[in-house]
Amino acid sequence: MSKDNQGPIWEVFVQSKPGKPFRHVGAVHAYDKEMAMENARDLYTRRSEGTAIWLVKADDIVASQPEDNGAFFDPANDKAYRHPTFYVMPEGAKNI
Amino acid sequence: MEDQNKMEEFQAKIDAGIKIEPKDWMPEKYRQTLVRQMSQHAHSEVIGMQPEGNWLTRAPSLRAKKILMAKIQDEGGHGLYLYCAAETLGVSRDKFIEWLHEGKAKYASVFNYPSPTWADMGAIGWLVDGAAIVNQVSLQRTSYGPYSRAMVKICKEESFHQRQGYEIMANLAKGTKEQKEMAQGALNRWWWPSLMMFGPHDSDSANTKDSMTWGIKLETNDDLRQQFIDKTIPQIELIGLKIPDEKAELQENGSYKTSEIDWDEFWNVIKGNGPCNAQRLKHHIKAHEEGAWVREAALAYGAKNN
Amino acid sequence: MNSLQKYSLRIADNSWILGCRLAEYSSYGPFLEEDLAITNVGLDHVGFAEAMYKYVAELDGNKTADDFAFRRAEQEYFNVQLVEYPNEHFGYIMARQFMFDVYQFYFLEALQNSKDETLAALAVKSLKEVTYHLRRSTQWMYRLGDGTVESHQKIQDALNHLFMYKDELFFMDETDEAVIKSGVGVDLDKVKEQWISKVDEVLKKATLKMPEVPLFSLEYGKNGHHTDFFGYILLDLQYLNNKYPDAVW
Repeated sequence: MSKDNQGPIWEVFVQSKPGKPFRHVGAVHAYDKEMAMENARDLYTRRSEGTAIWLVKADDIVASQPEDNGAFFDPANDKAYRHPTFYVMPEGAKNI
Repeated sequence: MEDQNKMEEFQAKIDAGIKIEPKDWMPEKYRQTLVRQMSQHAHSEVIGMQPEGNWLTRAPSLRAKKILMAKIQDEGGHGLYLYCAAETLGVSRDKFIEWLHEGKAKYASVFNYPSPTWADMGAIGWLVDGAAIVNQVSLQRTSYGPYSRAMVKICKEESFHQRQGYEIMANLAKGTKEQKEMAQGALNRWWWPSLMMFGPHDSDSANTKDSMTWGIKLETNDDLRQQFIDKTIPQIELIGLKIPDEKAELQENGSYKTSEIDWDEFWNVIKGNGPCNAQRLKHHIKAHEEGAWVREAALAYGAKNN
Repeated sequence: MNSLQKYSLRIADNSWILGCRLAEYSSYGPFLEEDLAITNVGLDHVGFAEAMYKYVAELDGNKTADDFAFRRAEQEYFNVQLVEYPNEHFGYIMARQFMFDVYQFYFLEALQNSKDETLAALAVKSLKEVTYHLRRSTQWMYRLGDGTVESHQKIQDALNHLFMYKDELFFMDETDEAVIKSGVGVDLDKVKEQWISKVDEVLKKATLKMPEVPLFSLEYGKNGHHTDFFGYILLDLQYLNNKYPDAVW
């Protein structure tokens, strides 16, 4: 790292209200954790978008590779039995 | 051959409306076009803080002051979203700033015009943001995922910008004689630069064709410009100001025909010869240089405490 | 003007003038995130000032909040001198902010118990914002104090210089005595103790020295006496209202 730079990138996840999943909303630069939290708060919640924030250093994220997509995700395509609509219910069945 | 296949697959994705994500294969020229366009877009937001910043200390009411501060801050925030989106292409923000300072990267020429009166705060919000919104609404569907997501967020936040500008203009237009003159003056100043924001005619635009094929750009410069003109002229008339173009007339198809833009001025300002090019860049460089010791301190402290 | 009005104006003017200084810094920040964060702090102050001016206008019965914010003579503004000090560099901005944040935090904490319901309610609301401001400026004391040799020197210099304005923060006169007596105002002797203890704690952790300064012979902003810098703030602030006295904005 050079002596002067914008600092590492932190990916920001915001929970809009308790009970909701955390959603990726963007990123900020910051030089330390506390600053990352403050910057994320100032940048991504200034319109009351959230009640909780998660931060992950971008370098620490492990992402799947697009070339693995076939092997990773296609096999799930023929497992319709994992979905409720696969099953035939007797006519008139309720609350199931 | 492999590249040919990848290229076809890539184009098929674009044509099917599937977004391209950072780790996906993409043609080098697609990447370069995005790096150029997104960083230019980010710089525009950040440099765009300056013409309005010129009135931060002189805003005339508590309400006006708060709005102007919040709006300029939003512009900076949008620059930040865009820098972050652009960085997913593997170029750091340091590099983007370096290119800006070296004159290798551009920003929207419209910000190279001065803002001599309070009415310019109205005109910038109404016209400059208005023009930007037309462009950005279209860009929400752009093919690069991070760019598209940034645009969705930006469009959501921008909606108040244009309204606050129009509100300022509407109030001035029904104010004292001086206020009305101020409003008309600002409209005259910003009308043409706003129309220029959409870029040259598509026939003269080097980038339009590739950008459209790749879904980076969804509508042509001229189409977007026309949308803006057709939206804005009735707004001008509604608040009793004069259209700064005597030849503007409503055609049968409901669209307005306007005079030709002064393209010599357009190219001249792009080349760096606008009234404020040097001033805007100098301001940015000064802030950046004066902040170096702060960034170094934060970096050193962060290294010790992370 | 009665004591409550003057007292309220002092509170309002502190935030208003500091908010103006912070607004001025927009687009000059050391990096984008910090630039925007400082504007956020500025916006909090302008918002609080506006609420306070509305209250003052209500007490007055004739003038508006904008009249108070924009249309007074220099000697009719009652902010402390600390907040009018210019944005010399980031170290000054943060030193000024930190000194004020600590003061404002303890001041508002006490003001929450004011017998004046409006002041108490505004204090409750603003204290949340100031708690965050203080957290931010405290962190910057650590970063700059314990960052590089250069940053350490710069923030120490700024503190050394700005400390001459600290005594005014705790200065009390007949206006304070009147509102304290009626259970409306805050005893600044107590705030002073808390301030010194907090500042001492933070500066130690930041490897900085608590500046030792004599009591400066200043006439205070709280009574309308201002620094050389103040007139220029007003020059800009009042520019449009002065130039077009009949206009509404």
